[in-house]
Amino acid sequence: MDILQLLISGVANGCIYGLLALGFVLIYKASEAVNFAQGDMLMLGAFLGISFINADQANLPFLLGITFAAVIMGAFGYLLDRFILRGIFGQPQFAMVILTISLGFLMRFVAGVIWGHSPVSLQTPFSGKMLALGSLSIAYVDIIIIISTIALTSILYFFFAHTRLGIAMQASSQNQMAAYYMGIPVKRVNGIVWALSGVVAALAGILFAAKGAIEPSVGLLFGIKAFAAAVIGGLGSLPGALAGGLLVGVIEPFAGRYLPLGLSQIAPYVVMLIVLIVRPGGIFSQVKQKKV
Amino acid sequence: MSLLKVDSLSIAFGGVKAVDNISFEVNEGEVFTIVGPNGAGKSTIFNLISRLYEPLSGRITFDDTDITKLPAHDIAKLGIARTFQNIELFDHSSVLQNLLIGRHSQRNTSWIQDLLFLPKVRRSEREHRLQVEKIIDFLELAPYRDKLIAGLPYGIRKVVEIARALAANPKLILLDEPASGLSVEETSEMAWWIEDMQKDLGLTILMVEHDMSLVNRVSDRVLAVAEGKFLAQGTAAEVQANPQVIEAYLGQESV
Amino acid sequence: MKAQFKHSYDQDINIFDDKSQLIKYGVLLLLLLMAPWLLSNYYISELSAILIWSISGLGLMLLTGHTGQVSLGHAAFMAIGAFSHMALMARGWNFFPALIACALITGVIGAIIARPILRTSGIYLAIATLALSIIVEDIAIVAEPITGGISGTFASPINLFGYTIDRYITPKAFYYLCLALVVLVTLGYINLLRSGTGRSFLAIRDSEVSARALGVNVPQAKTLAFSISCAITAVGGAMYGHFVQAVNYESFTVIISITILLQIVIGGLGSIHGAFFGAVVVVLLPQVIAILGDMVGQGAGSSITSIPGIDTALFALVIVIMIIYEPRGIYGIWIKIRTWFQMFPLYRKGLFRRSKTYLKTERMR
Repeated sequence: MDILQLLISGVANGCIYGLLALGFVLIYKASEAVNFAQGDMLMLGAFLGISFINADQANLPFLLGITFAAVIMGAFGYLLDRFILRGIFGQPQFAMVILTISLGFLMRFVAGVIWGHSPVSLQTPFSGKMLALGSLSIAYVDIIIIISTIALTSILYFFFAHTRLGIAMQASSQNQMAAYYMGIPVKRVNGIVWALSGVVAALAGILFAAKGAIEPSVGLLFGIKAFAAAVIGGLGSLPGALAGGLLVGVIEPFAGRYLPLGLSQIAPYVVMLIVLIVRPGGIFSQVKQKKV
Repeated sequence: MSLLKVDSLSIAFGGVKAVDNISFEVNEGEVFTIVGPNGAGKSTIFNLISRLYEPLSGRITFDDTDITKLPAHDIAKLGIARTFQNIELFDHSSVLQNLLIGRHSQRNTSWIQDLLFLPKVRRSEREHRLQVEKIIDFLELAPYRDKLIAGLPYGIRKVVEIARALAANPKLILLDEPASGLSVEETSEMAWWIEDMQKDLGLTILMVEHDMSLVNRVSDRVLAVAEGKFLAQGTAAEVQANPQVIEAYLGQESV
Repeated sequence: MKAQFKHSYDQDINIFDDKSQLIKYGVLLLLLLMAPWLLSNYYISELSAILIWSISGLGLMLLTGHTGQVSLGHAAFMAIGAFSHMALMARGWNFFPALIACALITGVIGAIIARPILRTSGIYLAIATLALSIIVEDIAIVAEPITGGISGTFASPINLFGYTIDRYITPKAFYYLCLALVVLVTLGYINLLRSGTGRSFLAIRDSEVSARALGVNVPQAKTLAFSISCAITAVGGAMYGHFVQAVNYESFTVIISITILLQIVIGGLGSIHGAFFGAVVVVLLPQVIAILGDMVGQGAGSSITSIPGIDTALFALVIVIMIIYEPRGIYGIWIKIRTWFQMFPLYRKGLFRRSKTYLKTERMR
């Protein structure tokens, strides 16, 4: 039973990691850009949610607050791409890595200035409530997280596979010049993807803040774990991102319980390195051979 | 005398057989051209010979050595050099640097000696530079010697690709579509280079090419492939007159 | 841009293009040697810090700037260098033998790690090295006998030729030690770059497939680049340990790894100068902010500089601006200025136009 509790809590955490990894992979799939500020976007979304929803802040209705936070982060992502990221259009991928790392630093600084550095939590209608299933005690928060993740992932999957915009995104991620020739407005498509990623990050952030406390530096470490998750799943694969996230989320509590103290925190990273060595493209690898 | 022997070579990508049971021999000192419609597997044959791909079956023999299982980086030392269809030069270096890298297979210094830059290294650097200058003279690249690749026109880059391959001191050079993207004058110049390489440098040349004027002008023998399979072999004129070849290029009605 | 009349291959093989360049760098070296007489102890210390960060920067530059392998985890190798150096000196080893040993140890560890990790590339490699940095942070706590666990270890005093060199007690001597090491490392680096080894690294950076076709054993060369890079970074880490005198697991965090990378990017990726320019920014930016903040603060009555994290934020802001407008870094700006003077009044903006690279998916390499 103990194991089941750990599992469910781990799965819920894994969902958050998975959502964050999802946002990361969204951007990667669309423009092969890597957003090292993804974790910090989660952090900003969480703070926005807290500012809108918490009783001592704006005290808006729960769903309204979430919507506002998501919309603002979506706009933030779009504007980020439109005004800052466009500046390095035409530079190799490495430039994006540097740029997003630096933007992450800036986001953390601004968050610290606006919201301070003491940890805060999100007040939700279901905080602290538990569901009793036989001898199991499951937190409502965990259930909500898992359900929201399933819903969001399904929507995204449908979007990419069956809508014109989604297919356009796939095209522009494989060959930008060719996508241009085919009439796809590559730059605008990229902007929309960043907006989408911002929304996903915001939602993940709110779910995270519902379960734990956040402060500005939380984004970096969280983001790194999400990257590990995305890498385990394979960077070009949306279901892979989620699977990777779940794996990382589940490994953590079990490693904490069963491994010696020094090794439990690094377990997800060790797993990631093993996956990279054994299957360099990730579990759902999409890397094929280039014809020269 | 046979320099390169390809025996029943096959490779498949996914379910598609890109090269299906291809066999041919290239004699020393000749210019041997592979022709065929797009997607026929010509570049794939090159990639198999330079060992960038693993064959499904078959054998490749160079100079009486079986190279089918050799790692790609050992090929240059044996005497095979190649160019790439989509130029793969080192963009952020000068022409000179590119050619000097081409001399890698002729290296005789270890990294520790390099680190300390012993007199042996200096002597070796002078020697490399001397050999590379001969190639620069041969292909008339002197005006571009110190220019970065990133700023050079396409036609010059194609010549630099060939120069870099020559720097590896090969016996056999693989030219992957040397005339693609070149104007009529540049193609004509390319023909001169190829003839010079054959006659003055005594190289054997294996070429993939679409431009029939170039093929006719320089080739000793031609092999036609389509859909990875052998189609015809002979002189350029013979192959072009072959009805199956015409069908592969132009369709059945034109025969 | 300057017209050079060449009459021997040696001119291209030599370190300096011509006499005037030799003289310029000679003057620079002279100024650096005379610095203790020109500057106060405080600035000598800052200079030592710049030199130490330059060494670490050079280590990463070899791997990322010249071999094209991105590493977001080089603080891990600073850590291994620092801890192993301190552990050896604590057990009685002398300074230089310990330094050579720690460089070798880190180089070997780098070689062992490199083989599996360098099979990945691009973003996967970046994330793998990030994970490495985190793992080593953790090992620094676990490996108590060597690293002193959570509390860390102290640097042993350096005894050379009978003198005791300590960063606080004898800052001038410490500075000369750093300078000597920097000169040695830089010379070795330049030698690598102007010979076949360095060229094979450049080849891997720009086109792995043609490097293979030209006879470069890519996995072997990558491993060599990685281990030399680790060895150099280890020296930087060891000197850092002596600079701060006490290190523990928090001294070499992921943030430090990222900082070194940002350092060489801001300095100018792909150039030796870049490591130095970047080090100057990393070390001096907080000072500049403090000075500017005081000037503004006196006028505005508030102190901007007291906001925590403003140093890092401004550093990040500079990089954002830099990567958009001058991705070649400070070295790129330096080259442009130098060319402007050399070609005066014929300088045109178009001389340095960058060619754009369009995204062609890395998933089909």
